[in-house]
Amino acid sequence: MENFTPVASTLGGILIGLAAAAMLLFNGRIAGISGITGGLLRKDSGDKGWRLWFLGGLIVGGLIMVALRPETFADTLDLPLWAPAVAGLLVGVGTRMGNGCTSGHGVCGLPRFSKRSFAAVCTFMFTGGISAFFAMRWLAGGAA
Amino acid sequence: MNKANLASGAVGLLFAFGLGLAGMTQPGKVVGFLDVTGDWDPSLALVMGGAALTFGVLYRLITRRQAPVLEPVFRLPTRSDIDLPLIAGSALFGLGWGLGGFCPGPGLVSVVSGALQPVVFVATMLLGMFLHSLWTERNAQPKQESSGAEPSPEQQRPERLERAPVEG
Repeated sequence: MENFTPVASTLGGILIGLAAAAMLLFNGRIAGISGITGGLLRKDSGDKGWRLWFLGGLIVGGLIMVALRPETFADTLDLPLWAPAVAGLLVGVGTRMGNGCTSGHGVCGLPRFSKRSFAAVCTFMFTGGISAFFAMRWLAGGAA
Repeated sequence: MNKANLASGAVGLLFAFGLGLAGMTQPGKVVGFLDVTGDWDPSLALVMGGAALTFGVLYRLITRRQAPVLEPVFRLPTRSDIDLPLIAGSALFGLGWGLGGFCPGPGLVSVVSGALQPVVFVATMLLGMFLHSLWTERNAQPKQESSGAEPSPEQQRPERLERAPVEG
C-alpha cells in the first residue's frame, strides 16, 4: 500500500464526477468516453461536433498536465509493445460491444442504479483483475 | 460559436484534470489496483467512489429540470436488459484494461504524454471501435432491407440503441 494516494485520488474522483454532472446539466448527455469516441467512428452519427470538442478538451488537458505536472504520467508499465496494441483492440471492441467503459458504466451508470452498468462494472473489474495478475507476473519487466 | 460544443470541450478539459489528479493516467497505479494479489493500491476505489457519489447527488438534482441548459432534451440510457453483448463486451474491455493499464479516457489524455504505449493503445482502440461499428452496421443492413409487415425485434433494436448510444 506504499503508493496509496487517498487525498489526490478522492479529489480527482470528485472532479470526474463534477465533469460528468456538467455534461448532464449543459448537454443533457452521459459522459461516457468510449461512447462519445465510438460515435465519431460510425457512419450514421450526424452529431460529431460536441464529440470532437470533448476529445479536444481531453487532449488539451493532457498537454497542460504534461507541461505543468509531468508526474501525472509517471508510473508507466514496462511492457512489450504488443501488449498495449492488443489491450487497445480489446478495449475498443469490448467497450462498444458492452456499451460503455469505466466512465459510462462506472461513474455515471452505478449512481443511476442501472442494472446493466452494475453487471458491466462487476464483469470488467473481475476480468481486469485476472489480466492484471498475469500481465504483472509474465510481461512487466520488474514492475510492481 | 456553438455553446453546447464549448461546454463539451470544457467538460473534456475538467475530466482530463480529474483523471490526472486521480492517478488514472498512470498504468502502473491502475494495474496495482486491479491486481489485488500484489502490493495492492486501493486508490482507484476512492476515484470511483468519489466520482460516483458526486455524480449520484448531482444527477438527482439536475434531472429535476425539464431540459438541460444548452440542449432541448436529456439523452439518457433506457435499456435495462442484461444480455450477452453487455457481459462479453465488458469482459473483453476488462481484459484489455488490466493488460495495458489504460481505459479509454486516460488513454486519450496520455496520448500527448510523450510515451509510445498510450499512442499504440489509442490507435488500436480506435481501430477496434471502428471494426465493431463496421460489423454492427453490416449486420443491421440486410435486416432493414427485408421489410416485413411488422417490425421484427431485430429491427426495433437498433432504434432502441440509437436512443441510448452514449452510455460509456
